[in-house]
Amino acid sequence: MLGRLTWDAIPFNEPIPLVTSIVIILGALGVLAIITLKGWWPYLWREWLTSVDHKRIGVMYVFLGLVMLLRGFADAIMMRSQQALAVGGAQGYLPPEHYDQIFSAHGTIMIFFVAMPLIVGMMNFIVPLQLGARDVAFPVLNSVSFWLTASAALLINLSLFVGNFARTGWMNYPPLSELAFSPDVGVDYYLWSLQISGIGTLMAGVNMVATILKLRAPGMGYFRMPVFCWTSLAASMLIIAAFPILTATFVMQLLDRYVGMHFFTNDAGGSAMMYVNLFWLWGHPEVYILVLPAFGVYSEVIATFSGKPLFGYRSMVLATLAICVLSFMVWLHHFFTMGAGADVNAFFGIMSTIIAVPTGVKIFNWLFTMFQGSVRFNTAVLFSIGFMVTFVIGGLTGVLLAVPPVDFIVHNTVFQVAHFHNVIIGGVLFGMFAAYNYWFPKAFGFTLHDGWGKASFWCWLVGFYLAFMPLYLLGMLGMPRRMQHIPDPNWQPLLLVAELGAIVILCGILCVIVQLFVSIRTRDQRRDLTGDPWDGRTLEWATTSPPPAYNFAVLPEIEGLDAFCAMKRAGRPAAPSAYEAIEVPRNSPTGFMMAFFASVIGFAAIWHIWWLVILGLLAVAVIAAVFGWSEDREHEIHAEELARMESARAGAERIA
Amino acid sequence: MTTSKSRHPGLRRPATSRGSWVLRALALGALPFLASCSRAGVIDPQGPIAAAEWLLMINATEIMLVVVVPVILATLGVAWWFRASNKRANHDPHFAYEGSIEFVTWSIPALVVILLGGVTWISSHQLDPRAPIASNTQPLRVDVVSLDWKWLFIYPDQRIATVNQLVIPAGTPVSFRLTSATVMNAFFVPQLGSQIYTMAGMATSLNLLADKPGEYPGLSTNFSGDGFADMRFIATAVPQGDFAGWVAKVQGQGSALDDAGYAQLTKPSSAVPPSTYRAVDPNLFGRIVDQTALDPDKARAGNAWCPPAKEPAGG
Amino acid sequence: MTVTAIDAAPLPPEALNPGPAPTRTVVAYGFWIFLLSDIIMFSGLFAAYAVLWQHTAGGPTGRELFDLPNVFIETACLLLSSYTCGLAALSAEHRQAGRFYLLEAMTFVLGAAFLFIEFSEFAGMVAKGAGPSRSAFLSAFFTLVGMHGAHVTSGLLLLLYMVAQVAAKGFRPHVLRRLLCFSLFWHALDIIWVGVFTLVYLIGAR
Repeated sequence: MLGRLTWDAIPFNEPIPLVTSIVIILGALGVLAIITLKGWWPYLWREWLTSVDHKRIGVMYVFLGLVMLLRGFADAIMMRSQQALAVGGAQGYLPPEHYDQIFSAHGTIMIFFVAMPLIVGMMNFIVPLQLGARDVAFPVLNSVSFWLTASAALLINLSLFVGNFARTGWMNYPPLSELAFSPDVGVDYYLWSLQISGIGTLMAGVNMVATILKLRAPGMGYFRMPVFCWTSLAASMLIIAAFPILTATFVMQLLDRYVGMHFFTNDAGGSAMMYVNLFWLWGHPEVYILVLPAFGVYSEVIATFSGKPLFGYRSMVLATLAICVLSFMVWLHHFFTMGAGADVNAFFGIMSTIIAVPTGVKIFNWLFTMFQGSVRFNTAVLFSIGFMVTFVIGGLTGVLLAVPPVDFIVHNTVFQVAHFHNVIIGGVLFGMFAAYNYWFPKAFGFTLHDGWGKASFWCWLVGFYLAFMPLYLLGMLGMPRRMQHIPDPNWQPLLLVAELGAIVILCGILCVIVQLFVSIRTRDQRRDLTGDPWDGRTLEWATTSPPPAYNFAVLPEIEGLDAFCAMKRAGRPAAPSAYEAIEVPRNSPTGFMMAFFASVIGFAAIWHIWWLVILGLLAVAVIAAVFGWSEDREHEIHAEELARMESARAGAERIA
Repeated sequence: MTTSKSRHPGLRRPATSRGSWVLRALALGALPFLASCSRAGVIDPQGPIAAAEWLLMINATEIMLVVVVPVILATLGVAWWFRASNKRANHDPHFAYEGSIEFVTWSIPALVVILLGGVTWISSHQLDPRAPIASNTQPLRVDVVSLDWKWLFIYPDQRIATVNQLVIPAGTPVSFRLTSATVMNAFFVPQLGSQIYTMAGMATSLNLLADKPGEYPGLSTNFSGDGFADMRFIATAVPQGDFAGWVAKVQGQGSALDDAGYAQLTKPSSAVPPSTYRAVDPNLFGRIVDQTALDPDKARAGNAWCPPAKEPAGG
Repeated sequence: MTVTAIDAAPLPPEALNPGPAPTRTVVAYGFWIFLLSDIIMFSGLFAAYAVLWQHTAGGPTGRELFDLPNVFIETACLLLSSYTCGLAALSAEHRQAGRFYLLEAMTFVLGAAFLFIEFSEFAGMVAKGAGPSRSAFLSAFFTLVGMHGAHVTSGLLLLLYMVAQVAAKGFRPHVLRRLLCFSLFWHALDIIWVGVFTLVYLIGAR
């Protein structure tokens, strides 16, 4: 009746997961109780859960990413603590069966449920505004994408209270991840969760490409798009090209585990090497999916706060597209030590080194954007400068790893761990914090408190270096990754420094949380009344903060790059004499409900509750059929109503 | 001076005391690094492969630092000098393109990459794990099998085997064939050089040499399950003359590794103390690769598509 | 802010953008991108097949199992169904309801015939002990061909659904848009089948 789900699945005899689960469940119930008592459900349902507005969906993505950052970081600090304590003969406080789940969950959550949602959320919120569009190409699909990602995040968190998570590392290599060596539900949680979120991400990629290529404002040719839109386009094209490979790979692994097939098993001709190739064919483009939009953020932030156009716009575009193409030609550098032979290794090593060229060009162009500019220092700019310094170090170690014989001596050591954290934290995360501080006023109508923002920056910067520079050295001393206990006491001082770094990063995260609370409490002092708090250059700043649901009452006519700059120079246009009616998409519960049943399907599949899987699939089919049949997906805002809304907003600006 | 302090209250904290705090912090911060920096790991190469790879790492780093250090300094310098409040700086809000600068910014990374590309090609071929090490001495053959969670070393020519203990003659090239009886692992002795994956159903190749006698820690670097952290062994290089004596000692003690013994080894166990076997079937490795070691009647597992390991000279 | 010389140079007309494209264009374009992503997913399965097709683990090979005449019949069914689907789309454009229903019915029958032949082939192989868990080759075969079959099945369901929409609402613009998506899907499945029968059956049966 309930498949293989029994009471044993609940970790009654494991204190750490049990206590964590109880705390989280109580917290979640508390939040639900508050919402119910305050009567916020109708508002939440109408304004957020069923919203198909790209701005709302973008905010929800970013919120999801930041919340999951807390979970992923909790895993991190547990790992650091275990490694700082379990030295010599000591076993620490996390036995291998737990430690292995924690590092697997840490990687999976950080990549799929922190970095991806932050990136997709920022792209979602900003790209239509920067293009002078009213929304993305497929608003309801956008909602489906977000809710599928949230559903997958729910599944991963469920593994904490019901069953266990994978113990294979976030890459889930076979044969360890096959049934013979991982018979329990952990790997199934991993596979189903990532399949569901993978579908969501793929849809988001399709949506973004269609939006950027087909919905730009009149006059916005390709070379008049802001660089953030170019990097979003490149990242979205990579999503479309790479994620289906991951889908196919996980289909094969699921078939191995559920039907007894032999794609990656040790016997009957399976090939674990093939998994490694397929996984990294997705995996390498994935890291560029993460970093390219962050590069776009830096381009916007540095240009705006230097008071100058971005240096070398066309070079930046060319470099972005070069990175996009090259990212598909380097995947073998993730497993030089698999024994492919010198010619193959050397080819991929050279291709990986070549990717450093467009990246280096970008760094120089940001440098020359600041050169002869008037640089204003605020949180976003600090993160950008911190990125430039930190990322080149990470890039250096990356090029080191790209030389196969060097890789032979540091592959799978914490040197490699330090490298990828160097580029992901220094590149992606700093970019998302910069974007968060930069675009927060556009989303919510008031700026974030800059003092707490700067404090968070310094904590993150110092904490990052303390936590990861020792790992470079430890890797060279011979410490592999994923160690539950440390054999060599000589390593402990460095591990203690790394632990200190994790604590400083914790302070950074606390600063971010405090920054949000303080900013909300004192928001009246930092209201953005003009829509343009930073003297911006691109179109999103031409709207009010926050923009109306339809973004632009009249689509702007674009005459050049940095369109908003030109508009400001020409003087703000007078209100148009006549408005035309516009169509805005209606809310839809499709996304939320599909995702609900996706969670049901995933959970049921994990626990082999077949009747529930079938019911869930039928429900999803029915929801899709109902949506596919529907007619009235947009409602019209009549010209008079539009005129009234616009003048009310203009009036509010003038009064303020 | 008190007078200057009162006239310039902003200079109350002289730069020197702030600088000395920074120096103190740096010194404190360096301590753990110095403490842990006992010569070990790849920083302390004990064989030609490891030495070449370590040198390569240093050289590549130095080449890149030539670009990276100026870039970092320039970033900080430019950001600081062109801050909005700096009246002395030449602020030019129109400076958005300059062809010569673009040429240079594409050329510098391109030149570094061409240089490193050449280094990559040459070094990948010179340090190919499959390439036998040129030497006057006959290479020693060792077959390596990763199990859950220990290492089995088979000496096919001497017909002995050891668990979690690798003894080799110093100054002699060792030609490894490696496989896994279980999940993917990776064989690595940092002070001797390159690591290589071990995978079931196929054999990988590695060639290493220890210059001098000594004890060199070895490990697995590819996560393989709960007992992974204990997959450690010591690679002991003995003087060339002593190796035959060690082999004779092993052949005279302990039990033989028969099929039953091997089946016992395949059962999961971790933190296994080193042990030796006086005799072993020299074809055991081949049977493990074929996946017939446990069940001789089982059909061939299927073809692995990686090319077979190069037979070492004299093998 | 004046733009610098290179950006102020007059841009060729094609660089300018007339504004957001009409819905039909956007929908078709987005659906086409989705189809491309689906083809990439298939190429992952093709790659797995290419790697594993000789990993027969001592079991039956393609040459022993594949019945080429059957494959040609099912290929003919699928390709013909694409033809009738195309004709049906033309009828829809010309608002010829009768012809539309007839052609879609033919498309359905041909697609169902394809599925019937494929299912029989699978059942026969399983009965002979050549099921997907016998060897890596068979796993790859069943998954690649089976995934295509699953897509064809969804296509048939989609066909019924679209015919119902046309019956209920007539040939209105948004219905035609959705029909366009269905047609694109059906033709894409054809393209993938050409790859399948070449790589799997023609090469595998040598």
